Amino acid sequence: MVEESPMNAQERILARIREALTVPAPKPGSHGHGHDHGRVEAPAPVFSFKGRPVHVARAWLPPGGSTPQEHLTRFAAASAELKTDFRCVESEAEAHAQLRQIADTEGWKRVATHHSPLTDAASTALARPTLFTDGGYVPDDLEVCEVGITTCDVLVAQTGSLVVNSRTSGGRALSVLPPHHVVLARKDQLVCDLTEAFQRVEEMHGQNWPSMISLVTGPSRTGDIERILVLGAHGPKKLTVLIW
Amino acid sequence: MSNAAQQFLEAAGTITRNLRHRGLIQTALRKYEVARDRKKSAFNDWSSARQSAAETKWDAINHLDTYLTEFTSKIEARGTKVHWCPTGPEARDTIRGIIRDAKAKCVVKSKAMTAEEIHLNEALEKDGFEVVESDLGEFIVQLRKEPPYHIVFPAMHLTRDEISDLFERELGSSPTREPEELTMIARRALRRKYIQADVGITGANFAIAETGMVSITENEGNARLTAALPRVMITLLGIEKILPKLEDLALFLPLLATAGAGQTVTGYNTLYGGPRQPGESDGPVEWHVVLLDNRRTELLADPEQRDALHCIRCGACLNVCPIFRNVGGHTYGTTYSGPVGSVITPHLRGLQDWKHLSNASSLCGACTEACPVKIDLHHHLLQNRRNAIGETPSWIERLAWRAHAFVINTPALYQFGQEVARIVEPLRLRLQGTPLDPVRSWTRTRDLPPVAPESFKEWWRNRR
Ligand code: SF4
Repeated sequence: MVEESPMNAQERILARIREALTVPAPKPGSHGHGHDHGRVEAPAPVFSFKGRPVHVARAWLPPGGSTPQEHLTRFAAASAELKTDFRCVESEAEAHAQLRQIADTEGWKRVATHHSPLTDAASTALARPTLFTDGGYVPDDLEVCEVGITTCDVLVAQTGSLVVNSRTSGGRALSVLPPHHVVLARKDQLVCDLTEAFQRVEEMHGQNWPSMISLVTGPSRTGDIERILVLGAHGPKKLTVLIW
Repeated sequence: MSNAAQQFLEAAGTITRNLRHRGLIQTALRKYEVARDRKKSAFNDWSSARQSAAETKWDAINHLDTYLTEFTSKIEARGTKVHWCPTGPEARDTIRGIIRDAKAKCVVKSKAMTAEEIHLNEALEKDGFEVVESDLGEFIVQLRKEPPYHIVFPAMHLTRDEISDLFERELGSSPTREPEELTMIARRALRRKYIQADVGITGANFAIAETGMVSITENEGNARLTAALPRVMITLLGIEKILPKLEDLALFLPLLATAGAGQTVTGYNTLYGGPRQPGESDGPVEWHVVLLDNRRTELLADPEQRDALHCIRCGACLNVCPIFRNVGGHTYGTTYSGPVGSVITPHLRGLQDWKHLSNASSLCGACTEACPVKIDLHHHLLQNRRNAIGETPSWIERLAWRAHAFVINTPALYQFGQEVARIVEPLRLRLQGTPLDPVRSWTRTRDLPPVAPESFKEWWRNRR
């Protein structure tokens, strides 16, 4: 067999694609006849992206609410369903008090976190042996921590999700290896829906993307055994979100 | 009849009589249906959302060359190595080479149907690498040395007792009937593996052209760990996974989760845009993205069925299919089962060998109705039937249809036929079930409708 250089393989695949696409395919939903099945016309504007029309699908999706209060209510409702422990508190001091209380109940001996104004203050308040993941760490050291405390980019009312990333939330593993993930956030980080969340994240990072961005929705879960829900399959068994 | 067809018929014959299997599948899927309907009702407009998704995917697939080039140039700019692989063996060899270069011993893997498609695990194990499936369902079927039963729920055909027995036998754990405890046994078994493994292999759900990112959907966190701790990461990705914009995920993530598992969104939806970047504290130092064609371009070349490449592998069409629900996932003998498998397998693995799958359908259209990207699945099954017979016309069938048309178009002959049928009916009934029955292949599994004692015409005449 002849060794193919990667360039050749790329050209081969692209050539096959271009050849295939010389014959146009019917538009979706037409079943080749041009009917539209139950299509409702979009009230939202249709704009163009790189020359193609884009239907703003946002209007069709589950709503996220229109006021900050509604966002909060929705996030709380979604959290309850996901079994996220969501606590909206009055002040940072109260958040720390709650954190200390959870730490005592669960008997945290080692805490893992990263440097940021919110997490630094929290780790001082907790006053426990702390692993900071910034600048590298040994995975075994993180594995023995009972909790990973991080900040997040945004919280999403529509879905009860939050967004962490590998640059400003302490890396890829901090929010998923320890059995308990605690997120500290401010109320103004709560956005309406996924569309807004992606826009915000894009604004935050510009073109300088972190290597990982994760939309986290509830604690780790599985239904692989008889479709029965179990929390803590491989990631955290508990997810606590504290906002003020 | 092809070997595959023979096997399908035999396996289907056995499993449809297995009431325990049927009970298990029906219970699991009923739970799914309830959750899905509830989540669908949270959409402002489900059917328009599907239409938007179909249009977005249409755009992506019909400009695949442009978007793929955009995707790869963006992702390479951030230090990722992209490998283009026209065939399964080439993808396998590429991955084996990467693992060998990394001097790896242990490989941890998260769920990837593309890896099943190219039989990656077998190849790596033959090379002497330890490959550990980390998704719970995949871990279970790997221990049983079985392919996944369903593209989303790999172990849905097993009871907790069977899983407990399996764990006891293979992992030495003590028996339990609690799904929670069983899950924790797997959690403990795999925890060390993430830390020890040198290479992590993942699949992917979407590839975003605009930003050069791959999106991975999962519930357990195993893919996130697979992509966090090992030194080298490999992502295997079919070329059809492209989406044009990051924002498209705002539509596709809820659609996938709702249609596939009755969730608003899946637990973890993670975007990867490169290996560890300067200033980051962890993550692989090397990331390889392996782009797989494996005859997808052949499906692309068929404009009639090109939309089958829109598939986001949510599994909804399997869940609603009356055939899947009766014969189960393993009967198909394919990587992708259910309606979508029946549509694409003949394209990926040869029409003549796999044409029987086009007949494994009642053409009820439930799949088309369920598909979140509106793939015209049941019409494609019909088209595959037409194409198969077009390639190898059967002269007996042609003759039979000609004769049928002639009789039907000649009223006198038709009437005469009815008379004859009425006369021979009692004789046929006595032969039914014996080897002398001329229509035995039909009556073995079905009843032949009785010939009416009088025709409508006669009835009408007598009535006046
Ligand atoms: S064909 Fe449609 S319903 Fe079936 S798995 Fe693919 S996307 Fe889902």
